[in-house]
Amino acid sequence: MKNEGVDQSKRQFLTTALTVVGAVGTGYLAVPFLAQMQPSAKAMAAGAPVEVDISKMEPGQLIRVAWRGKPVWILNRTPQVLETLITLDNELRDPLSLESIQPESSKNSVRSIKPEVFVAVGLCTHLGCSPTFRPEIAPNDLGDKWKGGFFCPCHGSWFDLAGRVYRGVPAPTNLEIPPYRYITETQLIIGEVPEEESV
Amino acid sequence: MKRNRVTECNDWFLERFPLTKLWNEHMAHYYAPKNFNFWYFFGSLALLVLVNQILTGIFLTMNYKPDAKLAFDSVEYIMRDVNWGWLIRYMHSTGSSAFFIVVYLHMFRGLLYGSFKHPRELVWIFGMLLFVALMAEAFMGYLLPWGQMSYWGAQVIISLFSAIPVIGDDLSLWLRGDYVVSDATLNRFFAFHVIAVPLALVMLVFLHIVALHEVGSNNPDGIEIKDSKDPWGHPVDGIPFHPYYTVKDLVGVGVFMLFFATVIFYIPEMGGYFLEPANFIPADPMKTPEHIAPVWYFTPFYAILRAIPDKFAGVIGMGGAIVVLFLLPWLDRSPVKSIRYRGGIYKKALMLFVISFIALGYLGTQPATPTATIVARFFTAIYFGFFLLMPLYTRWEKTKPVPKRLTTIHSLEEQLPALIEEITQIKQGSTEIGHAAFKSSFFAIRPNPKGIRNLISRLAKNAKGSLD
Repeated sequence: MKNEGVDQSKRQFLTTALTVVGAVGTGYLAVPFLAQMQPSAKAMAAGAPVEVDISKMEPGQLIRVAWRGKPVWILNRTPQVLETLITLDNELRDPLSLESIQPESSKNSVRSIKPEVFVAVGLCTHLGCSPTFRPEIAPNDLGDKWKGGFFCPCHGSWFDLAGRVYRGVPAPTNLEIPPYRYITETQLIIGEVPEEESV
Repeated sequence: MKRNRVTECNDWFLERFPLTKLWNEHMAHYYAPKNFNFWYFFGSLALLVLVNQILTGIFLTMNYKPDAKLAFDSVEYIMRDVNWGWLIRYMHSTGSSAFFIVVYLHMFRGLLYGSFKHPRELVWIFGMLLFVALMAEAFMGYLLPWGQMSYWGAQVIISLFSAIPVIGDDLSLWLRGDYVVSDATLNRFFAFHVIAVPLALVMLVFLHIVALHEVGSNNPDGIEIKDSKDPWGHPVDGIPFHPYYTVKDLVGVGVFMLFFATVIFYIPEMGGYFLEPANFIPADPMKTPEHIAPVWYFTPFYAILRAIPDKFAGVIGMGGAIVVLFLLPWLDRSPVKSIRYRGGIYKKALMLFVISFIALGYLGTQPATPTATIVARFFTAIYFGFFLLMPLYTRWEKTKPVPKRLTTIHSLEEQLPALIEEITQIKQGSTEIGHAAFKSSFFAIRPNPKGIRNLISRLAKNAKGSLD
């Protein structure tokens, strides 16, 4: 190729301009492909609230319901459990739930609207396994320090029966509390906040 | 040669496509060092397993349904009702474990003989990219049977991305395409597993081999064969890849297939290591299995993740364990390549690394008890110590002088007669008395205790010498 008498600066300008325009065009073209991997409109609409009847729950019983495809636990806590919870504060990472996710109505020391009824999303805040419910005190496999709670079998995180995380385990925050409210004394609706809060 | 239709066809083709040139460049005139040993089987075996995975994968796709409601049953359908479906599926599932066995041994060969060092840095980088793509391929493939372990494994691995500050939650949502692992996730993993990642793998294999053939293969001596050439420009210590190494690799293929077939036909689940028991239960988003562990080939990295008691740091540690491998060519400052001429420190460090890798792999399959976590932390420290301290200990260590030409090791067949002579003695007088059948026969020979003692002490000295 002969380069004599060629205006190199014009050539350079054209090359640069074409590169920039091409890059911008490629960027725009990538948007629909990347965006189609976002949750679809159908997946986003599927988060309908779930009604739960808790009238038949026995003290100490745990039931699981599905909400937005996630397991949600409802635990009927006995007075002994509530007494134990108060004594644990020193061993917890976030005992007052300042850095954890919960609706305003559950932002208290026992993390629930009614102290005896505990509602939480049953997924570990570490990597999303569903912890196992271990209400017994000091079982053989978990040792003497275990005061009843939720144990994540995947990576060994410990939570107490208010879903609060212990120190020195991989999970960073307490279990998430979903929005929920009471329709009647014994009926819950998960996925909606109490009326006074939503106003 | 007499011209006929066949040679005319041949010429027509060769005038339009450089087949002969390609064949010569990469096979018949590609000179490889003459001293390849056992460790050099695994590159070609990896290629063989890739072909196995692609072929069996194509046939599995014909009956598999990438739908959360149908996936589990369609895999069982392949196993029970499709003609030979069980064989094709077991070839594919065993193939994935075989792929990792072969690739781990292939990488270990690189560590032994310094194959990642100058001028083969790019070969190593392409190889590491292949390793990462292979892990992605295996991980996404593992979701497809939609069993309990598939589901919760995917949940955990995708949640890893949510540990990244600021963008983490949106990123993991984007990867899943839903708020939890769901049908959308399964369907896109299927697309990646059968189209996107296999294409990337094939292209990376191509780049890996092109880069390798440009610089030439390393060898157990770590000596560049291109440095001494004969008058015709061929390396004196090199032999053409075809037919010498194609034939050698065929032997490796035969032995490999023996093991491969044994696993497929007799122990396809490998006691829960190749196919985990929990994966024979359909995915249940409400309940995590009591004990979840990834498939064995991910467990070393999984153990590192679990050993670190902080979410973000754990993810960084796990990712770092892979990233640090990319940096290997620049971490190693030793002037020699092969372990044969390195000092004792590298040998010990490599041994510790192998022990820690296997120990982490074992710990990753076990439940996370407090003791196991502490042991895992110890081995995680050794794993990273091997790499991060490498710039120091490879510079300090005293290396042995490297010869100009490849060394020849006497083959076992050549050594055998001398060894036999040393450890045996002819029974006294046996040639004079007794039956003719005893003469110079097996019965006339008895062990020579002195020779055996000498041999054992020499072996011990050699073993000690190889460690120093």
